[in-house]
Parts: sequence; C-alpha cells; structure tokens
Amino acid sequence: MSASSLTSILIWLPVAGAILIWLLPLSRYATGALAMLFSLAEVGFWIEQVARFDFSRSGLQMEERARWFGDLGVSYHVGVYGFSVWLVGLTVVAMAACTGYGFWVGRDRSRGYFGLMLLLTGATVGVFQAQDLLLFYAFFEAMLIPLYVLIGVWGGARRIEATIKLVIYTMAGSLLMLAAIVVYGLKAGTFDLVDSPTSASRWLFLGFMVAFVIKAPLFPFHGWLPDAYREAPPEVSAVLSGVIAKAGLYGMLRIAITKFPEPTSFYRTAVLALAAMALVYGSLLAFRSADFRGVVAYSSLAQSGLIALGLFAGKDLGFDGAVLQMVAHGLISTSLFLIAGAVERRTTTGELRLLGGMARGRPALATLLMTVGVISLAVPGSAAFAGEFLILAGVFQRAWWWAAIGAGAIVLTAMYMLRLISAVLHEARGSTVADEALDLRPGELALVVPLVGVLLALSAWPAGISHHSFFGPSPTATVRGQFK
Amino acid sequence: MSLHTTHVDWFGLGTIFALIGASFLALLCAVLVPRATRRVASASISAAGFTAGIVLSIWLYIESADGHTIVSGAFYRDRWTALGQVILCGIGLATTLVGHEHVPGWARSADQTRRDDHIAEFYALLLASAAGMAFFVGAGNLMTLFLSLEWFSIALYIMCAIDYDLEGSLEAGLKYLIVGSFGAAALLFGSALVYGATGTVSFHGIATAAATHGLTNDTFLVVGIALIIAGLGFKMSAAPFHMWTPDVYEGASTTVTAWMSSATKVAALLLAFRLMTTAFPHNGHLWGWAFAIVATASLAIGNFAALVQRNVKRILAYSSISHAGFMLIAVSAGSALGGRALMYYLVPYSAMAFGSFAIVAARERELGVPVTLENLAGFGWERPFLGVAMWFFMFGFAGLPLGGGFVGKFYVFAAAYRHGWVWLVIVGVLATLVSLYYYLGIVRAMYMRPSEELQVQPGGTVAVSGGAPAAERLLHVAVGAALAVSVGSLFAVQPLIDLARHAASALPI
Repeated sequence: MSASSLTSILIWLPVAGAILIWLLPLSRYATGALAMLFSLAEVGFWIEQVARFDFSRSGLQMEERARWFGDLGVSYHVGVYGFSVWLVGLTVVAMAACTGYGFWVGRDRSRGYFGLMLLLTGATVGVFQAQDLLLFYAFFEAMLIPLYVLIGVWGGARRIEATIKLVIYTMAGSLLMLAAIVVYGLKAGTFDLVDSPTSASRWLFLGFMVAFVIKAPLFPFHGWLPDAYREAPPEVSAVLSGVIAKAGLYGMLRIAITKFPEPTSFYRTAVLALAAMALVYGSLLAFRSADFRGVVAYSSLAQSGLIALGLFAGKDLGFDGAVLQMVAHGLISTSLFLIAGAVERRTTTGELRLLGGMARGRPALATLLMTVGVISLAVPGSAAFAGEFLILAGVFQRAWWWAAIGAGAIVLTAMYMLRLISAVLHEARGSTVADEALDLRPGELALVVPLVGVLLALSAWPAGISHHSFFGPSPTATVRGQFK
Repeated sequence: MSLHTTHVDWFGLGTIFALIGASFLALLCAVLVPRATRRVASASISAAGFTAGIVLSIWLYIESADGHTIVSGAFYRDRWTALGQVILCGIGLATTLVGHEHVPGWARSADQTRRDDHIAEFYALLLASAAGMAFFVGAGNLMTLFLSLEWFSIALYIMCAIDYDLEGSLEAGLKYLIVGSFGAAALLFGSALVYGATGTVSFHGIATAAATHGLTNDTFLVVGIALIIAGLGFKMSAAPFHMWTPDVYEGASTTVTAWMSSATKVAALLLAFRLMTTAFPHNGHLWGWAFAIVATASLAIGNFAALVQRNVKRILAYSSISHAGFMLIAVSAGSALGGRALMYYLVPYSAMAFGSFAIVAARERELGVPVTLENLAGFGWERPFLGVAMWFFMFGFAGLPLGGGFVGKFYVFAAAYRHGWVWLVIVGVLATLVSLYYYLGIVRAMYMRPSEELQVQPGGTVAVSGGAPAAERLLHVAVGAALAVSVGSLFAVQPLIDLARHAASALPI
C-alpha cells in the first residue's frame, strides 16, 4: 500500500462501511460492532498516515489525483498538509468515540444510524483532505446529509425545528459559496486548490466566508446552534461542535485566508470584531445557560470565535495556536457532550437546577468531568492553555486590545466551566438525581477516557501539534506561499 | 412518367420505426390476445420495442459522427438526436416496467377485475408517444416539428385520460388537451410568421434567409420566435406556461405522470436548444433573454408554489417546473457549454423524476388513496429500499452531492457564468435554497414521523391493509435503475460529458 492511497482510504473506507451496513441484514449488536470495527480501522489508518507523514517537508503530501470532469478543470484531488493531518485525526478519533457511544446506548434503527455515522466520518475526512474546490464543496455539503437525518430521526422532541434551522442556515451559506466557487474556478481556469492563483475579489471572499462563519459559527450567524446542539442526540452534538464546526474554521484557513490575501487584510478588522463578539457573547450566554448542553454549545461558539481570532490575526503564533486549539477544543467538547449524554441518561434531564451533588459516590464521573472542565478553562499547563496563549500572543501582535478582550473572555470561561462543574457535581443533590444513578460504566469510560488521555498527552506536549502544523519556522510565510 | 421520390435513410429513422412497429404490435395485442395474457404480452412487446430503440439509437450515435439532415432536410441524423433518443427509450423502458404493475393507477381504483381492459392500448400509446418524441428531437423543419409535436401530444392526451375509472384522470386528459392545443396553436402561428418572414421552414434555411436578407429585427420573425418559445414552453411546463402541470400530473395515473415529467421535458428542451441555435443564431440575444426570463419565472413559481403543497404528486409537479427553469438557464446561455450542461442535466434529472414518481405509485398502491405528506409517514422505515431511493432522489433534486443533480446544477451555473450572467447564477442558487424546504419536507415525512401518525382520513381510519406490500419486482428494478443512473452520473461525469460534447458539436454553435 502506497502512502498516498492512505488519503483515499481514509475517505472511502467509512463510506464502504456504510454501504456494507445498509446491505447486510445484521442484528443491532452486530451492526454496531461492525461500525465500531470500521471506526477503529479508520483510526488505525490515520495513525499510519501520521507515521508516514514527513513533517520536515513542505507542500502537499500523500497526494492523489484523478480526472473528474476535465473540461471545466475539476478533478478528484486529495492530499494532506501538516495541519490537515491533525484535523483528520480529530475527526476519526472523535467519530470513533461517538459511534461507540451510539453502540453503547443501543440506538434503535441501528443500520440506518451506524451507516449514517460512517458516512459522516467519510465526508468530514473528505473536507479536510480535498484539494479541489468542487470536491471540497461536495464533501462540505455531504456532511449535512447524514447530520440532517441523524438529528431529525434520533433527536429530541423539537428536532424537526432544529433540523430546519440547521439546514436553512448552513445551506444559505454554502450555496453562496457554490456561486463563489463557480466564479472563482472559471475565472482561474482550474478548480484545483493547489494550482489556482490567489484572487483579490472581495465579493468572492465574502461568498466563501459566509459559508464558513455559519458553519463555525461566529456571531451573529449562530442562530441554528442552540437548537441543533440541544435537540441532537448527545453524540451527534459532540460531532457537530467537536468536528463539523472545525470544517468552517479549516475553510477559513485553507481557502479564505490563503486564496484571498488582499480581501483578508481588508476585512481583517471586521472578522476579528465578529470573532471577538462570538467569544465574549458566547461566553456570557454559556454562563447564563440553564442546561448542561447549553453551556457546552455556547462555549463552542466562544471557542470558534477564539480560534477565528487566532487565524485572522495573521501572525505566526496565531496560526499555530489556532490549529492546536481546534484539536484541543474538538476533544474537549466531544468529551463534554458525551459526559452530558451520560448525565442525561441517568437523570433524564440536562437542566442544571435539577442536577447537583453527582460527585458523591460517582468518582469516575466526577474525576472525568473535573479533568475535562479544568483543561477546558485553560488552566496553565493544559492543552487549551497552550492554544489560547498562542492565539492571544498572536493577536496581541496585531493590536493589544484584541488580546485584552480575549484574556477577559478566558476569565469568563473559568466562570462558566466552574459553574457547570459545581452545578452538576457539587451543591445540594438535585431533584432528579436518584441514589441509584450509577457511576460511569466501563463502556462509557472506554469512550471518554481515551479522549481525556489524548488531551493530557497534548497538555504535556502541545508542540506536537503547534510545531508540526506548518512547515518551516514561519506559518505566516507558509500561508502566504499557499503551503507550497 | 416517373415519380420523383426523395431518398430515405431508413437507418437514420430506425429508432422511430422500431417504436412505431412495436406500437402496432401492442395495438394488435389489444384485439387478438386474450385478456389473461394481454398484460404480459403487450408489456413484453413494449420492452422489446424500447430495447430495440436503445440499441438502434446507440448504433446511430456511433454511426453519425458527421451530423446531416435526411429525408430532404426534414430530420437531423446526428448525435444530438441519437443521444436524446437513447435517453427517451431508457425512460420508456422504465415506464414499461412500472406500467406492468401500476397501470391503471391504484389510487381510488375501481373494479379490479377490469384492470387489464386497456393495458395493451396503454403500451401502444406509450410507444407511439415515444416514437413521436424520438422524431421530435430530430425535427429538421417547422413542419416536422409541428407534426411530431402533435403526434406525441395526442398520444399523451389519451394516456392521461385512459384511467377513466378515476375522475381525476379524465379531467387531467381534458385539461392537458385544451391547454396543450393552445400551446400547439401558438407554436403553429409562430411557425407561420417565421415562414412568412423568411420564406422557408427548414431550420438551416431560416438562419440563412435571416442572415442574407437582414431579417434579424424583422417584426414577423421576432413575434414568430416569441410564439414558438411560448408553444415549447407549454410542453416543457416552464412558467408562465405551466398552469396545467400540477393538475395533470396529479390527475393522470402515476406511471403516465412519471413518463410525462421526464420524457416530455427531454424532448422539448433538446428540441428547443436545437431550434434556437440552428434556426435563430442571429437572434441569440433575443431568445437568450427570453429563456432567461422564463427560467427565472419557472424557478420562482415552481419553488414557491411547491412550498405550500401537501400532495406529493403536486410537489413533484412544481419541482419539475423549477427544474425546467434550471435547464432553461443552460438553454439561454446558448453556448456549447450550455448544450453540454443541458444534455448532462437531463440524464440525472429524468432518472430522479421518473424514480420519485414510481415510488409515489408504490405508496398509492399500498394506501389506495392519493399520496400526501401526511400519509407518507413511516414509509421510509416500512419499505427501506424505496425509502432510501426516495431519499437519494430528493437530496439529488435539491442539488446535494448524492447524485448527478449536483454536477448538473454546477454545469448549468458554469454555463450562465461563462455567458456573463452572474445574476442568473444567483437566482439559481436562491431557488435551490428555497427548494430545500420541500424536498427535505418529503424526507421528513418519510423518516421523521412515526407511522402511528399515519392518518388517511380525517376521522382517523387507517386504510393500510395488513400484511406485506405487493412484491412489485419490476417497479423495484425500475427504481433501482433510476437510482443507479442518478448516483452513477455523479461519478461518471467525464464519460457523460464527452458524449454530450459530441452531441452538442453537431449543433452550429
């Protein structure tokens, strides 16, 4: 097996798994087990990809290219850069944990469910590896299809409204992006992301950005977020905030900033302002939120703002920090949503006023929630601290007040995370918390502990990502040189 | 005295003769074959006719690298014609399969013992209308254009009304007849004006005459073109000539609707593109704008009207109006890229349109009543294959990358952009956004509501009879083929585009 075929395998293996699951009339248990097998194989292939990736070399690696339709210059072109390797890793690890969660809780209509989870994995990996604009768009849209059904079928009581909002919001953005892609690609004569030249068109930049800020999301494009995160099954919320949202941020880095240098600097202040607003506003909402998932959902809005702040700072440290923070926050919010799901299963509610006192007699739950919470509030020495510090340092070089806003928001992070932890674990015992409510079971631990383990490893060695995302000493120069 | 007869290239007309021949045989079946075996016999003849048609038109495609007219300029023997005939015969074959189980329609169906009474006539008419369309796409002058239009239209009028047990069917037939005649009259009047202005009916001759006599802005010619566009607009059900579409699609038996919604569009759009680029190249500006406006109107009316429908056949009817709009964007570009985009778009479109109506037919059979969003509840879980297929068709219609509809839209937008019409791209994009609501509404109805909610009558009586649904093997084959085409066209873009390129190169662009 050649190294370059790994990229295609990572995309199509889960798709093949999905088709297999749909075709084979297996029992619920066998279907879940098969899906787990595929997810773990996916993680295995990703480890192989990292092992074979040459971090000392610039440019696109493990490239594969095939003709799709030549007359308009569209091709099936996939490959990975340093930073995309980490995002692919985030995807496969988080998806494996979430698929495992679905297996653990025994989702009904299992063939549909697991097939869609695998399809989602393939599409998301595709987004991070596509090197052709139309292919990128196809995967970007393809993510929405399984998400729509996963929320609409397996979601909560108000799932229909949530799916309608999600679809209308994200499609409004991505269809404008399609128009921008058509114009950009036909003007350039190629849709290839590596070969295509930069553009100075501000309209096109806005066409791309609107799709990305809705997906990420940034204030004020987050209208779909609270409903979707609350109504989706917990593991799908985890995917949505941990992984899918990163596709929007990845798009900003890979396409908006790289291909539109002039519009980026023209709109820099505007985007930074939106990002800062998302950060502060999201943090405030998270602090006010009445339920577990609401806190995590709005904290994702805040974190997307922070990461966008790092990306649009346009400084070396900002880029490094943004990539690190994407991975760290992806793992944090996946863990938090899975823990939220575990809590909801035991108490039938996520409302904080009905929860409390769960630490007593439930050491595993308490330890894990505490660990993730503490990492997430960026205690010094944690992965999130490293990421946020790099981002703030980067944006500080742009202007000190951006960093001041960011630092202020980190205080808010501490406030809402501590509020969440104490509302769930401590305080008086909530009315819905029964004595019989169990601690995390081994099955649940097997899903969350590895995620936390990766987070701790990243806390120990954040440079593993932040120094291995962009080739060369200066990420800014790499981005400006379009990663060549 | 020897009579001068024109040379006839029989091979160039092979597909048409195969279809007419099969039509005659099917008609004989109606008289000679006993009722017990009539259905099988006539369906077999129809299947054989369409298979022969596919083979002959593929052969014609291979043998017609240099396009030219035959039969004294009455008919084009080129790859544009041949490819159109392949698509038409493919849809015809699928219609044959579905018709075997679903003609007459099952919704409100009356006397079950008389189901086979008119089945042979149905197949005869199906083959006759297919032959008319196969002739229509290759028409070379205004006379053959009008004759073949009437030829397939009359067959379609009767097909709509053939289910006379259903009051909706007769109404549909009558409505289509009246509105269709109006369209045909407009086309005929337009043709007369064009003939009056240029003195010729041949497509090439019109272009030459208009160029040599400087007739580009001639009032007769311009009004003639406008009337011809209106006449064709009726056939392709583009707004504002669409008002018959929802009623007729709803009233006709669903198999007939499936055939009309896919095949008639193929024929009308391919002919419109050929006619405009061949006969009126000097008025490109005029008809380009006309089609762009018609496309915008179709996109707006089709999509917005679909939002408020509850009957699935009506939703799909409005969806077909909006897709006429998308394809007219390609026509209005009038370029080689537009021709390719149109030809490509028609392949996944007709597969999806046909497949989705066939699935509606299956649900009608289960319930015995017209299919609405309400009584689609739980369908996806009860009939997994049909549900998943419908899922693919709806997402494909909406332009999500689950099928060739996505690439088709992309090509259409590319053609509009190359033509310099970014505004038309934006219109298309916005229309797609609106369309999502009702396409996803169908998915929502199938999967996201439990079948306990199924209420066929306001009183709450559930009409689903117990037991497993009918096997419907042929319908499954047809839907499976449609699914394969619509998904396959996403991956096999290049081969299809190469075919379309060769076809479009036959046109004088």
